[in-house]
Amino acid sequence: MAKKFDINEIEVWDGNYATSQALRQAQVDVVAAYPITPSTPIVEGYGSYVANGYVDGEFVMVESEHAAMSACVGAAASGGRVATATSSQGFALMTEVLYQASGMRQPIVLTVVNRALASPLNVRGDHADMYLGRDAGWINLDAFNAQEAYDLTLCAFRIGEHLDVRLPVMMHQDGFTTSHKAQKVNPLQDEVAYKFVGDYVPVDEMLDFSRAVTHGAQTEEDWHFEHKAKQHKALMDSRTVIDAVFADFKALTGREYKRVETYLLEDAEVAIVALGSSVETALLAAEELRKEEGIKAGVIAPRVFRPFPYDLIRDVIDSSPLKALAVMDKSSPGGAMGALFNEISAAAYTTQNRPLITNFIYGLGGRDFSVEEAKRIFKEQKAHADAGHITTPIQQFSGLRGPKLGFFETKRS
Amino acid sequence: MAITSIKNLKEFSTVNERFEGAHLLCPGCAHSMIVRELMNATDDNLVISTNTGCLEVSTAVYPYTSWDTSWIHIGFENAASAISGAEAMYKARKKKGTLKDPDAPVKFVAFGGDGSSYDIGFQWLSGAIERGHDFTYIVLDNENYANTGGQRSSSTPIGAHTSTAQAGSHSYGKTQKKKDIVAIMAAHGAPYVAQLAPNKWKIMAKGFQKALDTEGACFINSVSPCTTEWKFDPKDTINVADLATDSLMFPIYEIIEGHELNILYRPKNIIKVEDYLGAQGRYKHLFKPENRHVIDRIQKDVDAKWEYLQRREEARV
Repeated sequence: MAKKFDINEIEVWDGNYATSQALRQAQVDVVAAYPITPSTPIVEGYGSYVANGYVDGEFVMVESEHAAMSACVGAAASGGRVATATSSQGFALMTEVLYQASGMRQPIVLTVVNRALASPLNVRGDHADMYLGRDAGWINLDAFNAQEAYDLTLCAFRIGEHLDVRLPVMMHQDGFTTSHKAQKVNPLQDEVAYKFVGDYVPVDEMLDFSRAVTHGAQTEEDWHFEHKAKQHKALMDSRTVIDAVFADFKALTGREYKRVETYLLEDAEVAIVALGSSVETALLAAEELRKEEGIKAGVIAPRVFRPFPYDLIRDVIDSSPLKALAVMDKSSPGGAMGALFNEISAAAYTTQNRPLITNFIYGLGGRDFSVEEAKRIFKEQKAHADAGHITTPIQQFSGLRGPKLGFFETKRS
Repeated sequence: MAITSIKNLKEFSTVNERFEGAHLLCPGCAHSMIVRELMNATDDNLVISTNTGCLEVSTAVYPYTSWDTSWIHIGFENAASAISGAEAMYKARKKKGTLKDPDAPVKFVAFGGDGSSYDIGFQWLSGAIERGHDFTYIVLDNENYANTGGQRSSSTPIGAHTSTAQAGSHSYGKTQKKKDIVAIMAAHGAPYVAQLAPNKWKIMAKGFQKALDTEGACFINSVSPCTTEWKFDPKDTINVADLATDSLMFPIYEIIEGHELNILYRPKNIIKVEDYLGAQGRYKHLFKPENRHVIDRIQKDVDAKWEYLQRREEARV
């Protein structure tokens, strides 16, 4: 029986430590991992809890991230709770197995500390790794600060392991700005947290010898499509389970999570749509602009990146007087619009409101996103709104040194 | 049925049937013989992982399976990691008391071909052996990427023709020697490492039992004659395996705790390597006059290896 950990009602934890505490409180059976900056402290933390008797689990330090996720799949198929952590290049190396984990319907929790992808090599935070995995068939939750990293990691187990879902879950937080920034966190006591997460319920486990199981069979054109469709349906349908788990969490803690978070949106004319820690920066900017210049600015932040909340984005846009949106993508788009811009645009196209939407590529490799820059972007949206059309290129780079970079003008007759 | 003795092949081959005869392996493929030998060598429950390859694509095509046991396949390179995870979960759940039948004896086994073990999964294999998980890794060594149509691997011997190391007017086939994976695994300090062959089935069964009963990560390389890519008649699989072991192209031996080497089979009449090479289409170009030197080289290498193994055995170091 694991020892109880002494926890204060208010702690000062960084995102990594908060996440590792959530893994301990969930009493994860197996963590198979390979260290990588900036996520390393999460698995180091779990390792120290094992070494000191605070969790009854196995810590398997493997020789690469590919092996880490592979061992996680083998462990999950053996009927217990499994988690790991990674970032950036490690995430990229895992990618083959991310698809296998979701296709094999193993509810592994992967805590991702978002970091840029090389080349050039860079250890700082952006969302290149998150975007790389977006089609991998995992549920993707996004934490904007340390408290949320803790809360959402606990929720991730409940969501992924739910018998109607049985899918792996990524819990994202920004490298350094969230993972390494000590903040006030209100944790749950061990027994309360564990009771919320609940006992693991094995499904088709390899260690029940009363029934032979085959995991990872082959299918060709006769069955592959049906399996992938079923997997996609489970992912789309997980929305109701996510909503229910968030509701339970609110009842327990008073802290409310929604698949799409909105701030100051009721009367907002312009908004920034963002992921990660930038959400808080944009919110500060919106508050100041409202006071300073009377610009009705708000913020929209998908809490769940997959399954993408098209339904809620649509409702949010139609239930506010929004005229212009700036969608912020913290990943090099590689010859296209940013991924978040594409998702938001797809959702907005089906609205009555149809606001003007532009795309900002920003923050690559940890480039700071300041309140001032967020204000400038809000004001630019206000200019679009007043003109009734987009007055800049549709895609622009924010925070880039040198001459302005932008692509695609709106065609106006 | 408890396995108390291994005497009669017919009896041995029918005990404890957990690998179904219905599968898609080529007629004459040695893979299924080796797998059945492994599964019949123990009465314990088995958790088996398998790399992508001939064995995997032929035994688990949805909605069918040949595996009447716990079985998992993830990818080409990671069966050693998958079994590491399964073994770790077993330990964790045993500690916690969440296993359905905590007293049920269980053995963990991983299968890979030479492609997934010598080459693409080499790092994953090395990592799992180094970590010392309690499992046995078995290579079904057919010396080529048979599942994808016969390309070279680092296990393909010098002089063999493969689709990516072709014999032709300017080439005698593969120019590099076979990788000595047994030595590499022994150098990891694995408690039990062996090279076995299905024609020497009693030695193989005992080797498997020893590996399964040894705590820690054990490794076995088994020759698996490939009727399709070695190009011999499907009825001759065991004959070709006999030629492999009796020419010492494939010596049978074990290494305990990384150092104690024991030769497990000494042919009464050692045959020339050309008798082995001549039985297979993949070596037929070596019998042209301009390629004789390759046969001479192979014989020289085989003689030297046999000398080395005998001296290592005598030295008891």
